[in-house]
Amino acid sequence: MSETSTRLDVLKTYKLYVGGKFPRSESGRVYEVTDSKGQWLANAPLGTRKDTRDAVLAARAAVKGWSGTTAYNRGQVLYRVAEMLQGRREPFAAEVAVSENIGAKKAAALVDAAIDRWVWYAGWTDKVAQIAGNGNPVAGPFFNLSVPEPTGVVGIVAPQAGYGHSFLGLVSVIAPAVATGNTVVVAAAADAPLPALSLGEVLATSDLPGGVVNIISGRTADIAPTLASHQDVNAVDLTGAIAADGPGAAAELEASAADTLKRVVRPEVDPFAQDWTVAPGTDRLLSFLETKTVWHPIGI
Amino acid sequence: MAKNTKKAEEPVRKNGLFEYAPAPESPAAAGDIATSYGHFIGGEFVDSSGSEALKTVNPATEQVLAEFAQGTEEDVDRAVAAARKAFTDWSALPGSERAKYLFRIARIIQERSRELAVLESIDNGKPIRETRDVDLPLVAAHFFYYAGWADKLDFAGYGSNPRPLGVAGQVIPWNFPLLMLAWKIAPALATGNTVVLKPAETTPLTALRFAEICRQAGLPKGVVNIVTGDGRTGAALTSHPDVNKVAFTGSTPVGRAIAKQLAGTRKKLSLELGGKAANIVFDDAPIDQAVEGIVNGIFFNQGHVCCAGSRLLVQESVQDEVLDSLKRRMDSLRVGDPLDKNTDIGAINSAAQLARITELTAAGEAEGAERWSPACELPGAGFWFKPTLFTGVSQAHRIAREEIFGPVLSVLTFRTPAEAVEKANNTPYGLSAGVWTEKGSRILWMANQLKAGVVWANTFNKFDPTSPFGGYKESGYGREGGRHGLEAYLDV
Repeated sequence: MSETSTRLDVLKTYKLYVGGKFPRSESGRVYEVTDSKGQWLANAPLGTRKDTRDAVLAARAAVKGWSGTTAYNRGQVLYRVAEMLQGRREPFAAEVAVSENIGAKKAAALVDAAIDRWVWYAGWTDKVAQIAGNGNPVAGPFFNLSVPEPTGVVGIVAPQAGYGHSFLGLVSVIAPAVATGNTVVVAAAADAPLPALSLGEVLATSDLPGGVVNIISGRTADIAPTLASHQDVNAVDLTGAIAADGPGAAAELEASAADTLKRVVRPEVDPFAQDWTVAPGTDRLLSFLETKTVWHPIGI
Repeated sequence: MAKNTKKAEEPVRKNGLFEYAPAPESPAAAGDIATSYGHFIGGEFVDSSGSEALKTVNPATEQVLAEFAQGTEEDVDRAVAAARKAFTDWSALPGSERAKYLFRIARIIQERSRELAVLESIDNGKPIRETRDVDLPLVAAHFFYYAGWADKLDFAGYGSNPRPLGVAGQVIPWNFPLLMLAWKIAPALATGNTVVLKPAETTPLTALRFAEICRQAGLPKGVVNIVTGDGRTGAALTSHPDVNKVAFTGSTPVGRAIAKQLAGTRKKLSLELGGKAANIVFDDAPIDQAVEGIVNGIFFNQGHVCCAGSRLLVQESVQDEVLDSLKRRMDSLRVGDPLDKNTDIGAINSAAQLARITELTAAGEAEGAERWSPACELPGAGFWFKPTLFTGVSQAHRIAREEIFGPVLSVLTFRTPAEAVEKANNTPYGLSAGVWTEKGSRILWMANQLKAGVVWANTFNKFDPTSPFGGYKESGYGREGGRHGLEAYLDV
C-alpha cells in the first residue's frame, strides 16, 4: 500500500502522427486538454498550418502504394488495426470517458462499437468494387467496364461534438476513406484529441504504411482551412466543421474547396445530434471514389 | 517497261480532294422556325417578363435564325415555381407511369429525328452527318434507357425506395445541345424530379423544339421547363433558393463559380467540366486505326468536345509514321456546309469561340510549336477554322495545358509507358484518355494508371446511355449515364 501510494504515474507525451512518425508540432507548442471540470489531462501538440501541409505531403506520397495494394491486402491490414485496437480497449475507454465526460461502461461500449466498425470496413475493401462497379451493356461491339477508384488524398475534419464523437465518430470517418484506398489527413477533435492521438500509436504498429493516415491535433481553425484550400488534397470531409467553428465555417471551407473542385462531404444539419452508434450505410464508403469507365472494341 | 510508263493523268481535284457532287440536306426539314421565342414554363410558351432579346445565328452563314428571350430572375422564379408545383404529383406518380411518359418522349424524338437533326445542325454548325448519325440516335437512346429505370429504382443499389430531390436546375452547353439536354432531363424525370433547364445562348432552338415534344407526349405541365438566356439566366437558376439540385455541364471556371455559390447550402451538385485528354499511341498500335481514332478524337464536332483527344502522345519510334499518315488523312477532311452530307468538319459555333481558338493557336506558334493545316478553302461567310496540328509541343505550352475546344491537336512524344502516364496525368483535368496498342496487358495497365473518368482503348469518343461518363480532378464530379447517373438525382 505504501509502495503504490508513493509511485508517481508516468504520463504520456502526446504527439502528432504524420508519415508514420510521431513528430512534435513544428511550432514547438502544446495546448492543455482538460476534462469537463477543467481538470488538466494532458498537453496535446498544437498542430499548425505547416504541420498540416507536411501531413498532406506524407499522405500524397503514400497514395501510390496504398491505392495500388490489392483490396485483399488492404483488408488484411485494416483487420490488423482492429486486432491492435482490441488489445488497447481499456486505455481507449479511459480516454473516451474523460474526453466525453461519460461513465466507464458507456465509454467501453463506444470503444467496442468503434472496433466493430473498423472490422466492418475492413471487410469492405474487396467488395466495394463489386457493388459500385458495373459491366455496361453498350449498344455496340465493345467491352465496357466501370470500376471505382480512390480519389486520392482526403482531408477530414473529425467530428467535434456529439455522443461518441471522440473515438467512434473518428473511426467512422477515417475507416471508410482508407478502406477504399485513399490516404487521409485528419484534424482531430480540438477539445478531445487524446483518443485520436492514441489511434496514431495503434496505426503505427499495424502494418499500415506510413502516411496513409495522418493525425493532427490543434486548432481546427488553422488545420481545416489549410486542408480545404490545399492544391494537393482531392476531397474534404467537413463532418466536424460546424461544431468546432460555429455556423458558417463549413460553408467557408466548402467555398475554399471549390477552387480546386474538391469532392466535399458536408456536415449534418445538426452535427451535435449525429448518432454515431447507428449502423453506417455505404455513403461514406462511396463518397471518396471516382468511377472510371474503360471501353475496348470487341472483334477477332 | 518502267521507263515507258507515263504518269497517270491527274483526276479533277479541288483542295487535293476528288470532287463530290453536293449532297445537301434541306434546311426546310428543320420545320418552322419562329422569328422570336419566349420561355416554356408550366407547359406553355410564355413571354419573358423582361424586354431583352438575344439572337441565335446560323454559324455557317451568320444569318439570324430567331430571337429568343433573355431570361430574367422573375422568369426563373416563375419556372422554378412551376416545377415546384408539378413536383408533388410527378414524384408521387408510380414509376411505371413516369416510365411511359419517357418512353413516349423517346419515340417522338425518333419519329422527328430528321427535323431535330437538321435544326440542330443549323443552330449549332455541326455537320448533319453527326447530328443524324450520332446525336439524335443517342438522344433517343438516353430517354429509352432512363425510361426503363423509372420503375426499377429500388434495384439500382441505392437502397429501397430512394427519393427524388425536388426541383433540378440544369445548365447545359452549346456543343451537344440536344444530347446534353437528354443527359440532364432523362435521369431527372425518371427519378421523379422536375426540371428547369437553361440551354446555351448560342443554341436554344432544339431545346425549345423539345418543349413541343413534351407537349405532344402529354407530359404534365411544369415537369419540364425551359428558360433561355445567357450566363446571367444560368446564375439566377443555379442560385435560386428553391432549387434542390444543380447540374451543370460547361467550363471549369464556371463550374468552380457554381460550386462556390452552392457552398453551405443543401443543394446537391453535379459538374461535367473541361478536359485535356491524352490520346496515347504506342509503337505496336495498328497505325491506320489509330489515325482514324486520332481524327475522330479531335475533329469530331469541330473539337467542341470536353473529352476531345486534344493531346496526341505518340511513341517516339513511330512519330514520323503516325504524323505522315495523320497529315494525309487530314488532307481528306472536308470542311464546309454543315448541311452537306459529305461534310466532316462544320462551322465553329460562334464568333467568340472562333476568337478563342485563334488566340490560343497564335500562342502555340508564339511559344515555338510548329503549326500545320491541310490546304483547304474555307467559306466566305460564317465561322470556320481549319483542322490544325501542332508538333514540337512541350508540356509547358499553353496549347498543351489549356482547353482549346476547337479542331486543334497538340502532338507530344514519349518513350516508355511510364513516361506516357506521367505526361497524360500532368494536367488538372481528368475527363478522358485514349490508348492505342495491340498489347492487352499494356492496355489494362495503362487504364489502371490513367487518372481519367473514361478511358477509350483502341477506340475514342464512344458514348452510350448505359455507360457512366464524368471526370476526375478538376473535370468535375458525379457521373452521367448508366446506373451511376441515377445517383445525382436521388437522395441517397
